[in-house]
Amino acid sequence: MRRLLTGNGAAAWGARLAEVDYIPAFPITPQTEIIERLAEWVDRGELNGRLVTLDSEHSMITAAGAAAATGARVFTATSSQGLLYGMEMLYTVSGWRAPFVLANVSRGLASPLTLEPDHNDVLAARDSGFIQLHAATCQEVLDLTLLAYRIAEDRRVRLPVLVNLDGFYLSFTREPVELPEPEQVRRVLPPFEPSTLRFRASAPVSQAVAVLGGGPYSYFRYEMHLAATQALVAFQQAAEDFAQVFGRSYASVERYRCDDAQYAFVMMGSFATKAKEAVDRLRDEGEAVGLVRPRMVRPWPEEELRAALSGMRGVAVIDQNLSTGKGGVLHSELCSALYGQPDAPPVLTSFIGGLGGRDIDAAELFEILRVTKRAVETGERPPPRLLYTEHELKEMRKLQAIAAVEHPAEEEATP
Amino acid sequence: MRPEGQRDDKPIRKLKQLPARHIMASGTPMCAGCGGLEAINEAYDVLGENTIFVNAAGCMTLLSIYPYTPFRGSWLYTAMAAAPAGAQGVRDALDVLAAKGKLDRDEDLEVVVLTGDGSAYGMGLSATSGALERDLDFLYICYDNEGYGNTGHQYSGATPHAARTATSRGEHGFGGYKKDLFSIWAAHRPAYVATALAAEPLDLAKKVQKAKQLKGPRLILALSPCPTGWDFEPRDALEMGRLAVETGVWPLKEYVDGVVTHTKVPKTRLPVERYLGRQGRFRHLFEPERDTGQLDEIQARVDAYWDAIER
Repeated sequence: MRRLLTGNGAAAWGARLAEVDYIPAFPITPQTEIIERLAEWVDRGELNGRLVTLDSEHSMITAAGAAAATGARVFTATSSQGLLYGMEMLYTVSGWRAPFVLANVSRGLASPLTLEPDHNDVLAARDSGFIQLHAATCQEVLDLTLLAYRIAEDRRVRLPVLVNLDGFYLSFTREPVELPEPEQVRRVLPPFEPSTLRFRASAPVSQAVAVLGGGPYSYFRYEMHLAATQALVAFQQAAEDFAQVFGRSYASVERYRCDDAQYAFVMMGSFATKAKEAVDRLRDEGEAVGLVRPRMVRPWPEEELRAALSGMRGVAVIDQNLSTGKGGVLHSELCSALYGQPDAPPVLTSFIGGLGGRDIDAAELFEILRVTKRAVETGERPPPRLLYTEHELKEMRKLQAIAAVEHPAEEEATP
Repeated sequence: MRPEGQRDDKPIRKLKQLPARHIMASGTPMCAGCGGLEAINEAYDVLGENTIFVNAAGCMTLLSIYPYTPFRGSWLYTAMAAAPAGAQGVRDALDVLAAKGKLDRDEDLEVVVLTGDGSAYGMGLSATSGALERDLDFLYICYDNEGYGNTGHQYSGATPHAARTATSRGEHGFGGYKKDLFSIWAAHRPAYVATALAAEPLDLAKKVQKAKQLKGPRLILALSPCPTGWDFEPRDALEMGRLAVETGVWPLKEYVDGVVTHTKVPKTRLPVERYLGRQGRFRHLFEPERDTGQLDEIQARVDAYWDAIER
């Protein structure tokens, strides 16, 4: 059945089709629609589970982890400030090895305060122990949510999974989504089998206890890391089963028109669909360019990325995040995967764009390719670029005039 | 949702009914004379092993250190602000799994939050208030040693006026006043709120038993004399608790159905300095000179509390 669904609606349907037992919730823009829909279904008896609004995301993620550690299938969702408010518990519950799914509707972080998307929130959770999947369409939001349960509950993994969708661009955009039948979903996603991961009167257990010394601590942290790397295999196997039932196949890294490409854009999330359009237009003009998009960010699919980019002349990484004082996170992650590899592209240019919902238009992508080609030809690596148009600066100057700013910061910095 | 069998134990009326040996194992890393550990020992005897302790950062976090635990039941460490939210997740999961036929009734557990005053009076209050407004079926045991004990006893929201702590070493000690957590809980109209302490084991056991038989949010707030933080000899821990009751500094009371009842009213209250004078944290009130102003103020506050009760 095809339905017009927002990204938020698709996430809610993912949880409903996974037949979750428990949904700890807390409202935050632009995620709220997810919990409103789930609450409605629970109230109407269409979803046989319990939804509880906690006092904060910190409590929400705690309750999610505790319920998963008790043996329930759990879904929760948040965004931006909420994800960071719960940050202590992201690390904590992944250490419990509590398998559940968290949808993050990404949104830029304060300050300044904004409601619109970028990836600094979700990348702040990069090292938390959560597996990370990034969706680019509403269909992917639903499908990746279902696949996320397979990964989380896989005995080799047993870690929480974060499914990311961009605020506004996906959360509030309606797209036709193929809605699977519950019986089909059960074929791909059997009920959660908690095994020993549970609290029961007849089998007392202590979970999440303290350790003394670096030996036991390192052991458990290494164990988590090794389990996370198993998520690559778990994802691949789940995706194969999924493709057999639904005919839609997902790899940890998406390649678009890459077969004979000399150049590639590398991007995450929904903005990559803009790059696809730019690739089509550049291809029309004879440019050998493609797009590479990691769907999985943790574990980092290094082998797949190396294979996708092997032999290319230049790669332009467009980061929708900014690690202040360094640059794009995706760029440095990709460098670490490619450094010293035979056939690695010699040039990796870096561009920051799309912060706080700022658009990246086709003209900018054309320019990005020109800069990258020039770097390959001259052998001179350009510094990271912060995308900003003259028009934007003019509009900003108007706001500054109203705010009575006499000396813009960048003018003070350049004598 | 808890098994009914747990609720109809024989009512505890006499000291003789209390077990001679605790069911919690000995050999924990708690300090000698820890009033909090003794309160937990006494409470655990009544609660029994079909429990899961959901813990927040504090002294008692060190009870369960891999691979040891003194408990016969289960344990989940959360974080300093999050124990009631952890209890929510466990309780809800047990209930949902039972409703779906995935959990036998006799596998159910009493969910018990265990935190110190740092979490209960401060960082965990938002999560606690949320659990109370949702009428969560859980027992909260707070061991109140009146400071951040595990980090070396800095002042907390539970520190009494004038006490010297690691962050109030000045001439007059702590300038603030102990927060009234009992009333904060009671204002939420939960199932049960009680103060207690290890030095009054019968009173404590009766209260834990009563709490166990009720449904909804329940608090046992146990004053926990702390030899290292309060600066007294470990052998005097029980004596310190008795003095807290006999001077009227720590009223023993409970809240049920909107009514507060005092379970032990000292006939003649000892002067507060009998309690304060035994603790190094209050020594500056007596030496090198007697601080009559502060002592009178503390006495007046205790007297005013009891005057209001007895009126």
